[in-house]
Amino acid sequence: MNVLEVRGLNVTYAPDVRAVRGVGFDVAPGEVLGIVGESGSGKSAVALATLGLLPPGARVRGSVRLRGRELLGRPDAELSRVRGRDLAMVFQDPLSALTPVHTVGDQIAETIRVHAGATRAAARARAAELLELVGIPDAPRRARAYPHEFSGGMRQRVMIAMAIANDPVAIVADEPTTSLDVTIQAQVLDVLRTAKEATGAAIVLITHDLGVVAGFADRVMVMYAGRAVESGPVDEVYRRPRMPYTIGLLQSLPRIDGTARGARRIEGAPPDATEPAAGCPFAPRCPVSVPDCADAEPEPALTGPSGHLVACVNTVATADPARVFPAPDRLPVPARPPREERRVVLEVNELVRHHPLYRGTLIKRRVGTVHAVDGIGFDVREGESLGLVGESGCGKTSALMEILRLARPQGGRVSVFGKDTSDLSKGRRKALRRDIQVVFQDPFTSLDPRMRVADILAEPLVTHGVPPERTRERVEKLLELVGLDPAHACRYPHGLSGGQRQRVGIARALALEPRLLLLDEPVAALDVSVQAGVIDLLEELRARLGLAYLFVAHDLAVVRRIADRVAVMYHGRIVEIGSAPEVYGSPAHPYTRALLDAVPLPDPGRERHRRRVPLQGDPPDPASPPRGCRFRPRCPRYASFPDDASRSPCDAQDPVSRPLSGAVRRDQSVACHYPLLPGEGVR
Amino acid sequence: MAAFLLRRLAGHAVLAVLAASLAYLLAAAALDPRADFEDRAPRPPASAIDAELSRLNLNDRTPVLRRYRTWAGGVARGDFGRTWQGEPVNAEMWRRTWVSLRLLLPGAVLGCVLGVLLGAYAAVRHGRAADRAITFASYLLLAVPVFVLAALLQIAASEVNDLAGVRVFEWVGESSPGAGEGAFGALGGFGDRLRHLLLPTVTVALAQLALYVRYQRGTMLDVLNADFVRTARAKGLRWRSALLRHGLRTAMIPMTTYFAYTSGLLLLGAMFTEKIFGWHGLGEWLIDSITRGDVNVVAAVNCLAAGCVLLAGLVSDVVNGFLDPRVRVGAA
Repeated sequence: MNVLEVRGLNVTYAPDVRAVRGVGFDVAPGEVLGIVGESGSGKSAVALATLGLLPPGARVRGSVRLRGRELLGRPDAELSRVRGRDLAMVFQDPLSALTPVHTVGDQIAETIRVHAGATRAAARARAAELLELVGIPDAPRRARAYPHEFSGGMRQRVMIAMAIANDPVAIVADEPTTSLDVTIQAQVLDVLRTAKEATGAAIVLITHDLGVVAGFADRVMVMYAGRAVESGPVDEVYRRPRMPYTIGLLQSLPRIDGTARGARRIEGAPPDATEPAAGCPFAPRCPVSVPDCADAEPEPALTGPSGHLVACVNTVATADPARVFPAPDRLPVPARPPREERRVVLEVNELVRHHPLYRGTLIKRRVGTVHAVDGIGFDVREGESLGLVGESGCGKTSALMEILRLARPQGGRVSVFGKDTSDLSKGRRKALRRDIQVVFQDPFTSLDPRMRVADILAEPLVTHGVPPERTRERVEKLLELVGLDPAHACRYPHGLSGGQRQRVGIARALALEPRLLLLDEPVAALDVSVQAGVIDLLEELRARLGLAYLFVAHDLAVVRRIADRVAVMYHGRIVEIGSAPEVYGSPAHPYTRALLDAVPLPDPGRERHRRRVPLQGDPPDPASPPRGCRFRPRCPRYASFPDDASRSPCDAQDPVSRPLSGAVRRDQSVACHYPLLPGEGVR
Repeated sequence: MAAFLLRRLAGHAVLAVLAASLAYLLAAAALDPRADFEDRAPRPPASAIDAELSRLNLNDRTPVLRRYRTWAGGVARGDFGRTWQGEPVNAEMWRRTWVSLRLLLPGAVLGCVLGVLLGAYAAVRHGRAADRAITFASYLLLAVPVFVLAALLQIAASEVNDLAGVRVFEWVGESSPGAGEGAFGALGGFGDRLRHLLLPTVTVALAQLALYVRYQRGTMLDVLNADFVRTARAKGLRWRSALLRHGLRTAMIPMTTYFAYTSGLLLLGAMFTEKIFGWHGLGEWLIDSITRGDVNVVAAVNCLAAGCVLLAGLVSDVVNGFLDPRVRVGAA
């Protein structure tokens, strides 16, 4: 018996955007259906249509049945009796999804009172119980706090508490962990699991993250361009995907185990939802498309055991998923001398960046210091890429910006190509900027919307006095270099897709032929299928132009894919640094171990059997570092020590980074009093 | 919260002192009370004029900073000096403040409340006929200066009076002489005062309302599609209650800041309203004093205005802190 049945769902936004086209699915009690898709695939529209929360002006057709009762077409008054009681929702961004002016306890209590008509006191007491259930310590007191007093993970717990307040039969969770760090994501998924067990509800989990679905869902539905292109049991779909899009997604995904180095990738970008569909929407990007694909949009058809549905004409070609996408040409790895013999392009020593915290309106008083970057050191050598990873707020972007300033730092030393930045003259600094360029995270805001692509690319050249006749030629070269069409030169950024914009961002950084690129989360804002293309481009450019990268990212899998060396940051410090295979293969710091543990693998079998202890607590407040080791309050190793004697070094002293020794750890340093041995702590 | 307010108050006090001092110095430098004395017929002897000006601390032959010191010393003791005629400024100022308050307060409160409600309503009916009508009317009101609006209202009122055959509306002064001695006694007097208040109140309210409508509509539109309103609906609240309970309060937070600035505009607008409707309030006094060159009165009214604006700022801080918990934490 299914609790939620959706049939032939169609959503059209005004004026003529066909967001969802004929999607259907069922969910049974206690079952989790994962809906996977990229931005614009219509997955959020499915969620909103199910709850009847589409914005005014959206038209919806089809059928949504909850326990056999039709929900579509019912008036708001009737729907509001179902919403929040039988059918609940968890939204993506818990900061904006909670009302800022009411306490969280009141917001949960409201959910109960609207439906059950309980007294205020009873509803409050129940709200506190619910907060306890979702793992908020000291729940009765925290219930009186406002949303801004909670961290992101805690807010999402509140959202979940609100969703399960009336024992719903179905919960729709729209990207519930997308805005959270991996460590917090693992915690929240655990809470969602608890909630499922407590209510026995059916869950529809909407996400773009194939790893999250692998570990959490029973069945999966893949959406592309408003259609369900493949659905079935998670194990079946992940092991034997039959739709080329699913195959491409799974194969292009960077993995922390490093198996996807030189992975396949899907070319192109998803289609525009305003254009009427003729034939299979994936056909233009599909490596195995046949003439039949253009005839009509394929309907989902049974192609495997246990209801594995695939909407593809050419299922014959996808019988062996490994052969659908052509293996990419292996990049010729340039013969490089060993690391010690290569020139150092960037050297950072004891770099410090503190931000003073002020209070008061007329008379400002300094009340504290944010220790954004607190004495970090590393070097980047020619042709090498160093990945800087850590949770949000650990200071990784601050470090990047401090280096980019090319000025005297508050503390420590930065030298670029052997030149100390603290005593550069203005002219020398400008000259040095030619060699060190930056690519920003968000390609939607880092390009001037009023400049054409050609002007964006020419700007650095003009600034540095390149003659105009050479500029045009160089712009054409740059476009070709990053895989864009020469015709793109006269477009504005809004006429480009996200991946194309990021390519423009990269081309702009390359305009002056720098030798060192600083990249701040260059693929974080891009869709999975587009990410792979940009990562490949970065790798190719590095090989061809001999660039060095300093690469900031929160996604450990992306870093694994592109970085030769990795530095793990926590609370303004580098806790572990070393070659990527060594750090990922045998992490020595408990924090590195915990970070790697928290990353969900896009492999249902392995993901389900991984015994994982999520890292407890929130990322620390950068304004108040704890005494002793900064990771101590969250450290699972510290917590497991039986006696105070073994804890005393951690309490007393912030560990300094020292190199490890051993057969497998030749390039690895760690700042820990009790580093993990190779193989230790692997779960 | 109390500490936060005290700190804010201290900050505001500094600004008030600065504003009042600048106003005095400007008035003392620009206005010419001597000319008024010299225009008297018969013209008094120069020595008498000098003596009189010095007595009132208005003598332009005394260095302006010394005059300022004398004035500031008086103000510190709560004495705003004397008017051109030699009367104490204080007594007259408090009397007129009370008159202005009676004139402005009902209109200001009405304009503010109605403006917020209409603005919110217009936002909810976004793009429909009601929204367009409200938007059009508010733009029209914004485009019409207060004195034109008042004159138009007077014309309309006299038409109504003619049609009704009774004087429904009155618009000269605060009350008709002898109204309190009619058949209804004191009650009749009160009714008569209300009748006189009607038109000026509408004038002030309409002028205020137009601005409030524009701002509230804008802030409300922002929260209309906010995620937390959607969350409230997902919890099972109906659209209207989700908007009222979760949207409106959040949308009113930016309005509190705006409130402080309109209160300044309100006092300025009062000059016209008082002149047109013949109320002897602060605005009328200020205008008259400027034409007479009465430095002490001009400085005193400006001082009071500065105090009022800053007080309104404080009130807006309190309301803001009450509405928005995020401010309380940020300020502590």
